[in-house]
Amino acid sequence: MDAMTLLTIFVLSVFVGFEVVSKVSSTLHTPLMSGANAIHGIILVGAIIVAGQAEDPPILVVALIAVLLATVNLVGGFVVTDRMLDMFSGRKATAKAPRKEDAR
Amino acid sequence: MSILTPEWSAGLYLVAAACFILALRGLSSPRTARRGNLIGAAGALVALVAVFLSARFENVPWIIGTIVVGSAIAAPVSRRVKMTQMPQLVALFNGVGGGAAALVALLELSHVDSPWSGLAIAFTVLVGAVSFSGSCVTFAKLQELMPTRPITFPGQPIVMGLLLVGAIAAGWFVVTEPSLLVVGILLALGLVIGVLFVLPVGGADVPIVISLLNAFTGLTVAASGLVLGNVLLLVAGTLVGASGTILTRAMAAAMGRSVTGIIFGAFRGGSTAGSTAVSDRPVRSSSAEDVAILLGYAQRVIVVPGYGLAVAQAQHTMAELATALEAKGIEVVFGIHPVAGRMPGHMNVLLAEANVPYEKLQEMDEVNPQFKTADVVLVVGANDVVNPAAKTSKGSPIYGMPILDVSDARQVVFLKRSMRPGFAGIENELLYEPQTTLLFGDAKESLTRILTAVKGL
Repeated sequence: MDAMTLLTIFVLSVFVGFEVVSKVSSTLHTPLMSGANAIHGIILVGAIIVAGQAEDPPILVVALIAVLLATVNLVGGFVVTDRMLDMFSGRKATAKAPRKEDAR
Repeated sequence: MSILTPEWSAGLYLVAAACFILALRGLSSPRTARRGNLIGAAGALVALVAVFLSARFENVPWIIGTIVVGSAIAAPVSRRVKMTQMPQLVALFNGVGGGAAALVALLELSHVDSPWSGLAIAFTVLVGAVSFSGSCVTFAKLQELMPTRPITFPGQPIVMGLLLVGAIAAGWFVVTEPSLLVVGILLALGLVIGVLFVLPVGGADVPIVISLLNAFTGLTVAASGLVLGNVLLLVAGTLVGASGTILTRAMAAAMGRSVTGIIFGAFRGGSTAGSTAVSDRPVRSSSAEDVAILLGYAQRVIVVPGYGLAVAQAQHTMAELATALEAKGIEVVFGIHPVAGRMPGHMNVLLAEANVPYEKLQEMDEVNPQFKTADVVLVVGANDVVNPAAKTSKGSPIYGMPILDVSDARQVVFLKRSMRPGFAGIENELLYEPQTTLLFGDAKESLTRILTAVKGL
């Protein structure tokens, strides 16, 4: 892929990234950070590609370490975010669904 | 093994990227947050399926085995971790992600075909290493394996400057004459820079640094996407980098601080103004029964929870006490400081777990005017977020942070473990004021005793 296309994708992604989180309430700062943290665990895809092309054992070992670290980031990130949010949703059984963020 | 045509795998990557955007969107609003997270996880799954089907890979059993091992480590830890330890776990996950990106870039060194990919590798290795070691230090600080206070040493800015110059030089060599040696040097420099970067940050600023390092890791993932020519990594990494930057600024703003101020040593210099003079002054401590009487004959009570509530796992007892007081016709609300606890939103999560209704949890701007009409404010394990030094003492490290104006209330009751200062390590003048009563002990035990006494009134 040529450099200009990649640059276009990069710049547009920056704008999308700014836009999607522009109206987050402080209550959700932590889960949002944790969720974004899980998303960059997708480096696992990169680690798999590198490990899948590795021919020498030393390179494979380093690549597998990358796979391991990335898996921990990806899986752990999503699970811990879900646990945080699970505690939020617990209150829905006893209270009305929160609507406060609409007023912002 | 190659089942998918390049078009199909690119299509699946597009689906995954869209899922990530929807995930971040969903996580920005309480009603859709959980669904958002699940959409993100689904996107990741689609991407993993796509990568395995898109090319003829070697070592597949090894790779899958490693993924299984990684999941087997991460999932139980995440599921069992205590609420109070979630922040450091997020820091750790962020660090290993940065480390993975650095290793991926390192291994791609032999495939450098243009100065641009060399530059992307240099960036990924350096920033990934910074993110890894920096996150490890934040983990150690939050886990209290090392002092939480800012750590500085003479000449630190000079050392940091030299390291950065060295890193730029090594990065230049990675671009011009790539070799494993210079990349290794760059990696080592990145690790040291990461440590020095986080050491001077202390106290309540640590979560903001986690968020910043999170954005860094996002950018390294984006850069490794450039190295590998993988659009999904580029998009996902950039999304996290950009949204992480916004989030870092929002978190800093909630504490009335600037990101640059946090990193470049706003904590340095005039720390803990007045702390030496006040430590032996008398305080008024009291029994659980007295506190129960104060509460039982009040009309309006505002509870200000903090980290102490989380540590003691006292949220259920706290909720029970609130219910018991309400049964007596007393109005109870919770005043939540944006950074109470160790992470923004910490208290909301904790109290929601104890089924405290959402409308009872009031944010700082809502609750601050109400302290004037409150009879009793019950501060449970919070300190810095109610410390008037943030308003009055210019030299204080927390000066400028918006606080809950609990000193406006007629009576203030602090439940504290000891006279030890809060996370930021500074004295709280409010403890010595005449309207303040202290009840020492573990928050859960204290609350249990108060609850029993309230029920007996």
